[in-house]
Amino acid sequence: MSQSSVFLLMVGGQIESAEFPDFDDIYCKYCFTFGPDWLVTSGLDEGLTQVTKKSRDDRQQFVWNFPLDITFKTTNPFGWPQLIVHAYGIDAFGTDVVRGYGVTHVPITPGRHKIRIPMFVPESSSQLQKLTAWILGRRPEYVDVRVLAQGEGREVTRVRSQGFLTVSFNVVMKDMKKLGYDVIPSEMSTSVIPESVGPNSGGTTET
Amino acid sequence: MADKKKKTKRLIENEEDEEAGVTNPSMDEEAEAAQHQSGGESSVEQVDETHEAESLIKDLKTKHLSKQKELSKVKSPKEDLAKELRTIKQQSRDKVDETIRQEEAELSATEDGTVPMPTEEEELGESQPTDSIVTFAETTTELETEEAVVKKLKRKKEKVEEEEVLPLKDEDEETTKKEEAPPPPETVPPPQEEPPKPPPQEDVKTPRGLKASMKARLRKAKEEAAAEAEQEQKEEEKKERQLKRDKDKKKTRFDQPEVDEAELEEKTRAFKSRLKKKQPLEEKFRMELKSKGVFMPTAEEAFDFFTHDFEPEPEEPKPEVEEKEEEEKEEEEEKKEGEEEEGEEGEGEEDKKKKKEKEEDEVPLMEDVDEEGYGFYAVRKAEYDDTPETAKKEAEKLYYPSVTSVNAEEKAKILHDKQPRFLEDEGFYVGTRPKISGWNVNKMENRLIKELHREKWFGEDGRMIVLPNPLRPTPSRPPIPEEQEPGLEVQYRKAIMHEFDSRYIDGSLDNAGYYQLDVDINSLSFSHHHLFSREHVLATRLSQLYEEYMDRQKKNMAEYLSEKLKALKLSAVHLKDHMAAKKSEHNYADRSNFQKRLQDYKDEIRRARALRDKEEKTDRLLLKAIIKTWKDIKQQREKQKFINTPLKLQVITEETNKEFDLTQWKLEIEDELEEMEEEATEIYNRKKTEYEEALKKHAEQVKAKEDARVRIHKRSRKQSTKGSRASLGSKASKHSAENEPNPEEEAKDQEILNEPEIEIPDKPEEFNKEQARKDIIAKAKEIRRRPGEPKLYPEVTSTQPITEASKCPRGEQQRRNDVSKCEMFLKVLFNNKEVSRTSSKPLTQEFKLNFGQIFSLKIVQWPESITYQVYETSGFGGEIICEINSSIPDSSVTSQSVQLENLDFSSDHRVNHGHEGVGSGVPFSFGAKNEGTETLYTTGELRCSVAWAINDQGELLVPPSTQEQGNMFYAMRKMDPVTAIGAAGVVDIQKLAKWFEDSRLDPNDPANADLVYMLKSKGGESALLGPKEFFRLEQLQEEFNFCDDEAIDENKRFRLIYLRDSEVTEFKNYKMIPLLDRDIPRDTFAEYEKKKREEEKYKEEKDIESHRAAVSKFMQRVREQVIRRFRLLAHQRRLEDVINEEAVPNIALLGTSVLKLTERRRPLRVERKERKKVVPQTIDNVKILININRAVYVPRRVAASRGGAMTAREPDKAVKNIVGETQVQPFIEVMFQDVFLHTEVGDGPNPSYNEELEMPFKAPNEDYTPGNLQTVTDNIYLNLFDQVLIDIQEDDRQRGTTVHQRIEKKWLGGLTIPFSTVYFNGKIDGTFKLNKPPVLLGYTQGPDEEEGTSLRSNEENTYLSVFMTIEPPLQPPEPMRERFATTEDEKLLQYADNWEKTLNAKFSDREYKTTVIDVNGKTVFVTRYFKALEPPPDIFGSSDTEVKKMEVVARYVSMIPSVSDSVVFPGLCDIWSTCDQFLQMMAGDEEEHAVLLANYFLYMKKITWLIIGKGIPEGPTAYVMTEQENDYWIWNAGTGEHFSYRDSYCPLQSISCLINAENIWANVQQYEKPAQMNFDLSQGASWRSFFTRSFPNTGIASYQPERLYYKPTNKNAVLDLQEKIETLLKNKIMEWRSRLITRWNRHCTQIMRKLLPVLEENLGHSPGEQHLAELESTFSAYKVSGFPINMPYNEINPIVDAVFSTRVHAHDTSDVEFALAVYIHPYPNDVLSVWVYVASLIRSR
Repeated sequence: MSQSSVFLLMVGGQIESAEFPDFDDIYCKYCFTFGPDWLVTSGLDEGLTQVTKKSRDDRQQFVWNFPLDITFKTTNPFGWPQLIVHAYGIDAFGTDVVRGYGVTHVPITPGRHKIRIPMFVPESSSQLQKLTAWILGRRPEYVDVRVLAQGEGREVTRVRSQGFLTVSFNVVMKDMKKLGYDVIPSEMSTSVIPESVGPNSGGTTET
Repeated sequence: MADKKKKTKRLIENEEDEEAGVTNPSMDEEAEAAQHQSGGESSVEQVDETHEAESLIKDLKTKHLSKQKELSKVKSPKEDLAKELRTIKQQSRDKVDETIRQEEAELSATEDGTVPMPTEEEELGESQPTDSIVTFAETTTELETEEAVVKKLKRKKEKVEEEEVLPLKDEDEETTKKEEAPPPPETVPPPQEEPPKPPPQEDVKTPRGLKASMKARLRKAKEEAAAEAEQEQKEEEKKERQLKRDKDKKKTRFDQPEVDEAELEEKTRAFKSRLKKKQPLEEKFRMELKSKGVFMPTAEEAFDFFTHDFEPEPEEPKPEVEEKEEEEKEEEEEKKEGEEEEGEEGEGEEDKKKKKEKEEDEVPLMEDVDEEGYGFYAVRKAEYDDTPETAKKEAEKLYYPSVTSVNAEEKAKILHDKQPRFLEDEGFYVGTRPKISGWNVNKMENRLIKELHREKWFGEDGRMIVLPNPLRPTPSRPPIPEEQEPGLEVQYRKAIMHEFDSRYIDGSLDNAGYYQLDVDINSLSFSHHHLFSREHVLATRLSQLYEEYMDRQKKNMAEYLSEKLKALKLSAVHLKDHMAAKKSEHNYADRSNFQKRLQDYKDEIRRARALRDKEEKTDRLLLKAIIKTWKDIKQQREKQKFINTPLKLQVITEETNKEFDLTQWKLEIEDELEEMEEEATEIYNRKKTEYEEALKKHAEQVKAKEDARVRIHKRSRKQSTKGSRASLGSKASKHSAENEPNPEEEAKDQEILNEPEIEIPDKPEEFNKEQARKDIIAKAKEIRRRPGEPKLYPEVTSTQPITEASKCPRGEQQRRNDVSKCEMFLKVLFNNKEVSRTSSKPLTQEFKLNFGQIFSLKIVQWPESITYQVYETSGFGGEIICEINSSIPDSSVTSQSVQLENLDFSSDHRVNHGHEGVGSGVPFSFGAKNEGTETLYTTGELRCSVAWAINDQGELLVPPSTQEQGNMFYAMRKMDPVTAIGAAGVVDIQKLAKWFEDSRLDPNDPANADLVYMLKSKGGESALLGPKEFFRLEQLQEEFNFCDDEAIDENKRFRLIYLRDSEVTEFKNYKMIPLLDRDIPRDTFAEYEKKKREEEKYKEEKDIESHRAAVSKFMQRVREQVIRRFRLLAHQRRLEDVINEEAVPNIALLGTSVLKLTERRRPLRVERKERKKVVPQTIDNVKILININRAVYVPRRVAASRGGAMTAREPDKAVKNIVGETQVQPFIEVMFQDVFLHTEVGDGPNPSYNEELEMPFKAPNEDYTPGNLQTVTDNIYLNLFDQVLIDIQEDDRQRGTTVHQRIEKKWLGGLTIPFSTVYFNGKIDGTFKLNKPPVLLGYTQGPDEEEGTSLRSNEENTYLSVFMTIEPPLQPPEPMRERFATTEDEKLLQYADNWEKTLNAKFSDREYKTTVIDVNGKTVFVTRYFKALEPPPDIFGSSDTEVKKMEVVARYVSMIPSVSDSVVFPGLCDIWSTCDQFLQMMAGDEEEHAVLLANYFLYMKKITWLIIGKGIPEGPTAYVMTEQENDYWIWNAGTGEHFSYRDSYCPLQSISCLINAENIWANVQQYEKPAQMNFDLSQGASWRSFFTRSFPNTGIASYQPERLYYKPTNKNAVLDLQEKIETLLKNKIMEWRSRLITRWNRHCTQIMRKLLPVLEENLGHSPGEQHLAELESTFSAYKVSGFPINMPYNEINPIVDAVFSTRVHAHDTSDVEFALAVYIHPYPNDVLSVWVYVASLIRSR
């Protein structure tokens, strides 16, 4: 297969911070989901952040600044990667419970993007179960978080919002336009690169 | 550069001078002198060096400065020493001055060569005064070197340091050992400073002989001394270290040398003074410079360094740094003394030190980096660490900055040894530092000090650079700018009305004219209302009738028609008379004209009469109805005993003259009769003429026929008598002659005869006058007033007094009450907007409301509709009764000319009342009369009018019609031409088309475009104008299709995507579909298309194999159908599929879990931990772990010495086992996906392996999702081989020295486990019976006869203990929990659910089955699968006993190939096909086999059950159980074997339920192993039956077919197949051993051929002895090893695989011969048992 029919999507960024009122000691797991035509060429598509406590100020933020760095290769924009973040935390009884699920597409335009993802958790199916779940610390969780990245099967769930999570993405693309996918406005796509910049031009080495 | 530096140097010097308060002019001089000198010598090098040196000096000076500053500030015990120091400094300065002077004098006597001072120091340091003295003596006597000067200087310096620090140190030791602030001086420094010096000497200075020898000597001595010193010092230090081990390392380190140094210092002091004098200053200076230039420690120095530095961590950078800093400090102190040389010296040294330090600093650093920082970048998955590990890791990654203040040396270093400079003191403004706690400052400083560019964080004062406190003491707000952002400014704009709206009459509101509609709402009256009483109903009816009557009366049609009749009659008579009178005058035309007129009159009269009769009849009926209704009312009033309505009927009778009436009556009748008669006569006459005519014709015909008949008769007679009567009269002959040539006539006659007879019409009846009269009278009686009967004129008045409410019964009172409560009002809606409403008026008892209100509506919009809504309120709230639409008045209708009109309305409102009110929309009856019920809806009339108003000036307030263009209709016309044309057009579009054509509109006129479009059909021609017969739902869909379907089909990529999306098996997991068409491999679709084509051409063939292929295709089709059906279901998710939620725990579970807490811990009890199932996608490198424990009862070799073929026969005669002789050397080979692994070779018949083999597993398409994995059909083959070593030594002479052997593998048995079994069960653990060939040549089975035990049945078989699992554990597919469509009774299913649930609660690991899924995806109750079915009759053959028969049947069933359901129906594991489907598909799971076998047994009248349980290796499976006398036999339907239930080697491990046609029995016993169970099904404690007395089996019909039809197997085809397989196998074997020659032994093959059918007959058991004997005797000259393999036939490939896996071919020699025989035993219905006999023969030597 010739290399020409592949484009690359490089995603850097951070899981920066989150707001979960009334909770503390939160950590995140993230994973990327993508369609069948996508391939991870480098980087991790799953990860786990450190545990963070909320800031002791008015903002009550949870800050991770957890780096994301992944590069995809694909032939088809269908199944564009999505970032699924699920946060967990310790509850009053010391058990590890889920604090929120959130999902967002990786931005489709190159550049820096800051995305605020609303986080939600599935609701218990009955009040009694809600109580027992609270007591036992076993809240309803998604069997497979990848459900979040697709439409199928979501209709059976009921969820409640929990907070927000801020993710920043730095997206770099290669060859996308070459293959006919134009995601950037034309005035942006033709940027002028000064000629003097480059490895050959610079560099008078001083003694 | 040099100049610059010089300048700076000057500056610094000045500064220094100022600072130190000491001036030393000699320094400058010297420097200059040095410069001059070098310049004079014009040595470029020197110049350069000088420059360099100068620059360095300068640097140092600056450092000194800062250091001094700092030092002055340092608060430490040092301060105490300050005075002392100063005095010492002063002294030393003096000394130095002196020395310099001396040196100057001795300048000429310069000498080269250096004495490496360190050695001396070292030696001296080692407390060996004598040595050192000697060395120094040498130095002094033999050479006065510059170096010596240096040394001397150094010494001096050290001395100073010593003096300075010693007391300090003591203090330190005593007090705070940790505190480093007062740094203990001079520890390592000597080694550090010295090494740099020598190299320049060697490199730069030309080595002279003297120097060289000197050096050598020195080195030697030094080395010796060093060695000694080392020794001693070590000892010493050991002791000391021992003491100070727990102390700080730095301490230990510094302490030790200090002591040495102190001693040394004292000892050398004397020398120094001597030496000093001789040092030539210039030389020394130059030396300095040079040494600075290049730096390279020599070996000795390095050695020295290391020998001295034998501290535990000599290379730790930090202490050195500190040391260095300490030195620096010391040097500073020296400088303070003002000695220039020293200073420079110090600088030089310091410089070197710095370099050194850099080196030392860097090296370890770099290493560190390499090790941890920038090494190979490893990508790892995120891991969760538990706490201790995390802590450890944290310790690596994290550090806690100390809160203690940064020690002074560090700071000093940062300041580059400059004096701290306090800007504030110098008068600069620095601002106030923010208040920060000391700890935090310290922490920050500690943190910063660790950083690379730490200098920049610290200011000149040695403190952190801190911005002034930005906070103001007072709170403030930022100023808010007055002017707003221009972008955010708000501007006021006037609201803009939308100008043009076609709905406004004048386009907009502004210039509207004054248009007004007057709506007059007069009154509302109900003809029925739900509060009507019965009387009301009748009264209304009466009044309606009366009204009608009055209406008719007014018109008086009867009278009018009578008059008309009279007139007509008169004119008819008149005409008749006229005709009669002037008959002659008139010509024919006139006559006929008159006649016609007369006829017209008559017709007219008749018509008029009919009309009159009708009218009269209606009148009369009406009258009757009125009277009847009145009677009803009266009756009703009587009945209810009150009067509700004022209605009263009075009938005015008018007496009539009976005579007159009678005559009138008679006249009338006569008149009519006459008329009738006349008419009747006319008809009669006409008919009669017709009749007569017909009669006449008939007669003629009869006659003609008669004639014809006669003629024919005659003719015939004539012909017969022709000859005889030839001589008859001429007339006759003439006649005959006439007749003869007339055959046409004859035909004509015949025709006449054949003519149908003319029917004679009925004779017309004569007018029956009497009858007619009677009829007329009867009619007249019915419709007319009889003679003498008075004329009746009904008159309805409203005069009847109404009974007062108080006198009425309760129901009526309630009704009246309700009526009076009921109020009504109307809303007027203009263009569907309410514009006004009338006041609410109470409903009168007469159900009339008088509004009398006129609403003037000023309108601005075109009127579209005017609607009235009638509301009824009783109590609260209004209820809309109905809506009445009024027409919009024509512009000519004005309020002056308008008439009130009645608008009828009705409502489908349903009201029911409990009282007298009859309600609305509900049936009621009038009670007593039993005349049925009536249902009336609320109806009524509204009197109202709508008209255009006229204003005071008499102007009509109608919108101008010229505005027509802008009105609503115009707009509508634009949209819809039909509307524009009007209602007529809408009704019939055809008519419209016609009209369009008729009116000849120009189809090209754009004004008509809509219409043309509307009518245009596809033809487009005006002739074809007609309505479209379709409409489009999504007209724009096409616009959005970015290409059409063909394009998608043609485009490979789109097609691929499409197929993938629809989850076609081949493409389901296709990854990375290329973007471009050309990148898609051409053969992508080849397979898919081939499959498609094959599916299409499905044809019956005789060949068995192709039949199989057809069957497999059929299966494929069924499978795909099923998959498609369930794909939908699979995509429907339920909450449980998506969300993992804890179920509400029940109390019992809680209890047990609480109990678990209190349970005693049993650490020694081993329990297998549940492994976590891995979610796919992250999986790679999957392995199958196969743990082979041991094998038992492996067949033993029959000793080779016996020669000939060795068989299992005569075990007792087997050669005795000599101890040590190998019986057998078995090993296990595992084959999976073409990978072979094998265990070590074991020894003896019961080898123990305990080996774990890791078998790599590759899923197709690398897709490890359950959906894909369950379609894997690969098998794991475990084969037991005997490893035989064969001596192939050719030359006996070498036997003593060389071993030359060949290893051969002999297959002893095998086991095949499908991957799916391992996958579904997660693990397989147990002891398995190996499939062993019935005949194994060369091996014997069973115990050694020496052991003397008798051969037991289980010892005939070989068993293998194996544990198998997949690593990492793969997620098994989720069973379908979806409820499938079913035809079963809902109650039954519910009961079944409950039954299963209760049982599962108790025994969660037992599988209870009540329903299964059939091939159509329907849920079927399981007992339906049982029914006695006849096995194929011709399989029994010679078998006579019952057991034998059963075995035969079992064998037949076992020969049907077995395929896992999961392979057939992926995603659905439990599909049961019926027996006929099973036989048709020729493939099925254990259930199908078992069901079929059970059904056969049922037919054989055995008591049979199906067992649902767990077996090995299948996991959940189905077996069959039959009851034999005193025993239960368990049949494995897949293999045809049977076991007693007591047999512990039975592969069935557990039984969860038994099923047969009658019932299901669940095992509720404690044990589930068959041997431990009780099979008395009647015991409720052991078996819980499904159907019980409370829920009896109501006879569930079987799902199986009536009987099975077996098609005979084509014998020839079987033979062909046999041939085919044999050829193929032979070719394959030759192919496998392509390296070697393969010979075939025909003779052997033939014998085998004979043997195979016998084996089949024995049902795979070992044949009789004689067969083997035959085989044996034949091959006495050979070593034969071989065996038959038996398997059901499905495809050829498994057979090839099986043969391959036995490795018979693997004889690595050409000496071997092979024999291969294939036999296929055909059973009915294409069930084939394939036997392959393979053997290898090696000629014995």
